[in-house]
Amino acid sequence: MADLEQFQQETRDWLEANCPKTMRKPMRTESDACWGGRNFEFKSDDQRNWLKLMGEKGWTAPEWPKEYGGGGLSREQSKILKKEMARISARPPLQSFGIWMLGPALLKFGSEEQKKEYLPPIVRGEIRWCQGYSEPGAGSDLASLQTRCEDKGDHYLVNGQKVWTSYADKADWIFCLVRTNREARKHLGISFVLFDMASKGVSTKPITLISGKSPFCETFFDDVKVPKENLVGTLDRGWDIAKYLLTHEREMIGGSGGSAFASRGLGEVAVSALGADDDGQLSDTALRAKIATAELDGWAFLLTMERAKDEAKAGHGVGARSSMLKYYGTELNKRRFELMMASKGMSALEWEGEASNEGELPRAWLRTKGNSIEGGTSEVQLNIISKRILGLPDPKVV
Amino acid sequence: MALVYTEEQEMVRDSAKGFLAEKASVSVFRKMRDAGDTLGWSRALWVEMAEMGWAGILVEEQYGGLDFGMTGAALILEEMGKNLTTSPFLSSAVMATQVLRGASEAQKQAWLPKMVSGEAVIALALDEGVKHDPASSQLQAEKLGNGYRLNGSKAYIIDGFDADGYLVLARTDGEAGDQDGLSLFLVDAKAKGISTSSTKLLDSRNYAGAKFDNVEVSGGDLIGEAGKGLDALEPALNAGRIGLAAEMLGASAQCFETSMEYLKDRSQFGQKIGSFQGLQHRSAHLYSELELVRSAVIKAGQDFEASAEHSGMIASLAKAKSGEVAILAANEGVQLLGGIGMTDEHDMGLYMKRIRAAQELLGDYAFHAGRFAKWRGF
Repeated sequence: MADLEQFQQETRDWLEANCPKTMRKPMRTESDACWGGRNFEFKSDDQRNWLKLMGEKGWTAPEWPKEYGGGGLSREQSKILKKEMARISARPPLQSFGIWMLGPALLKFGSEEQKKEYLPPIVRGEIRWCQGYSEPGAGSDLASLQTRCEDKGDHYLVNGQKVWTSYADKADWIFCLVRTNREARKHLGISFVLFDMASKGVSTKPITLISGKSPFCETFFDDVKVPKENLVGTLDRGWDIAKYLLTHEREMIGGSGGSAFASRGLGEVAVSALGADDDGQLSDTALRAKIATAELDGWAFLLTMERAKDEAKAGHGVGARSSMLKYYGTELNKRRFELMMASKGMSALEWEGEASNEGELPRAWLRTKGNSIEGGTSEVQLNIISKRILGLPDPKVV
Repeated sequence: MALVYTEEQEMVRDSAKGFLAEKASVSVFRKMRDAGDTLGWSRALWVEMAEMGWAGILVEEQYGGLDFGMTGAALILEEMGKNLTTSPFLSSAVMATQVLRGASEAQKQAWLPKMVSGEAVIALALDEGVKHDPASSQLQAEKLGNGYRLNGSKAYIIDGFDADGYLVLARTDGEAGDQDGLSLFLVDAKAKGISTSSTKLLDSRNYAGAKFDNVEVSGGDLIGEAGKGLDALEPALNAGRIGLAAEMLGASAQCFETSMEYLKDRSQFGQKIGSFQGLQHRSAHLYSELELVRSAVIKAGQDFEASAEHSGMIASLAKAKSGEVAILAANEGVQLLGGIGMTDEHDMGLYMKRIRAAQELLGDYAFHAGRFAKWRGF
């Protein structure tokens, strides 16, 4: 306990001394986020320094082992760091698929050489990663993916197309699911490979969504040469890694849906937009009832995320429960944004102009429609719950 | 605090599970209903439950209780919900004892030991209309020397038939609807001028209406301060609402389990009906909702243990959400079971009836959603 108190004091002092003043306010827009990487244009010297200082301490990935550049902190210490950062409203120094997704997979499935080579640059924000999963013909049925990876003796040759690759046009490297065996059953012929997006034969094309510009891209591979040591885990067994990462991703997406309720309440938004009666109650009583229902569900969902973490820590979590969190959290987020739109009336429809911050709300509302599609649709999550948790029988194939 | 049960709490659940399966399962309830029993619970069984410490689970140790905490009480109620067990646990052991925490030493000495041993049951006489709304009470308490004279009536008193005492919410000042001016009296059921009659509801439990005709009580029968009855009541209401949320969680979980067993067993069109995606998705959705209810119930119990007075918001969350999901679980239960779910022979209907009553008691969804909204500033 005393050790933790000391750690807290040291952390507080260090942050006080090192976190630049301009990095001590919440991010206003997506453009305030720091993604790092070879081609990242820092918005300010403070942003650059903040990443550098945190990266050197390994505090961009606080719980990763020190030997791979991480902070080497215990879970308790990492919680304290988070709390201390929140105390001064410190911005996250780095947004990174490398930290959120690839890193955990490498720590579990990668070779010692791979961990040593790839993890430290992720921690320092030097290499930005993207994820090559979905394909035009492999969405919900991801395991039917067809991007070919052939063994050419001293290297692999990759041909095919990915879609919904977030930030493919900005990323330095990709972690990618490819088919290495066309004879085996579909789940047993997939491998997990890493390669440089600057390799010859890689090209990308951004996708515009109903909400406007998006980070999503189509990514094309045309005779891309990949060194053989870039295979992670066992050949043809990449699906195990994919499943592990999908669980991770689900928790992230579901979590972001719920945590919105922790911040500014929907009711508060509606009251300030539409007005209240003498008792301080939202004048529009039908809308009030709908918002109350969404808020009740939002709170109960937040508590459920908390409980899932507590139970996992106590050693009796249910792995497939991430599907429940993903399903419920994303559906909830869609409901939340429907009510935000209702609360702001006509002004919620403003698509351009400064007043609406170039249509920030309606674009965000439209974007939530994708939450229940990406990372496995709601329907796929319900299938997983039915099978893995409820033990219901498989549908008869006709 | 982590949202998980402690080992001690798990032990209480396990012992409740074993005891209720043996002595107070749903078949016991069915027999009692078929017999048309007006008390709605068994005195002998209540004494046995008291011997296990349940009647005093929330009572301080110096009066013979266990002072074990709300989370444990909620776990017992959850198991009771699964078994449709009837007893005065919610009314007397969870709610009335909570009011008595604010009583005088003389009142405590007079009632708590008898309640803890299972001898005496106290019911809360709060509502007068068809919707839960204590502030609208009109039953009059007119000052009479050092005491008061009560006139008026109460309705739908939980376990109010053949109770030994009543906690009566009466107006000493102000008008119906005022938060202030209400006072709580602890009145012996044998007091002159009280007449009760059993009210039969669809869940076959004990409810009563009561008339108070010039009932004379002393100043010593007042609980807490005159005019501050709603404050004195708040912890008990929170406890009751969390308790009902837990009971409904148990009942919903049982409906769900029964439904899942049926989906895995019943065949139509040459396959188990549980293989149909239309039914799978409804089931998976209900599973998700039940997970949310459990989180809310655990949190509410912990909040209550931290501060009984200030647990109102999460108690309302738990009561509202649990009631909503329980109705869904019962409706889905009957639908998924098809024709058999409509028969009186199957237990599903018994759960549906109890859930309908439990979600109405101490405030329905709209009541608690409204309270929650108020707390959240809209």
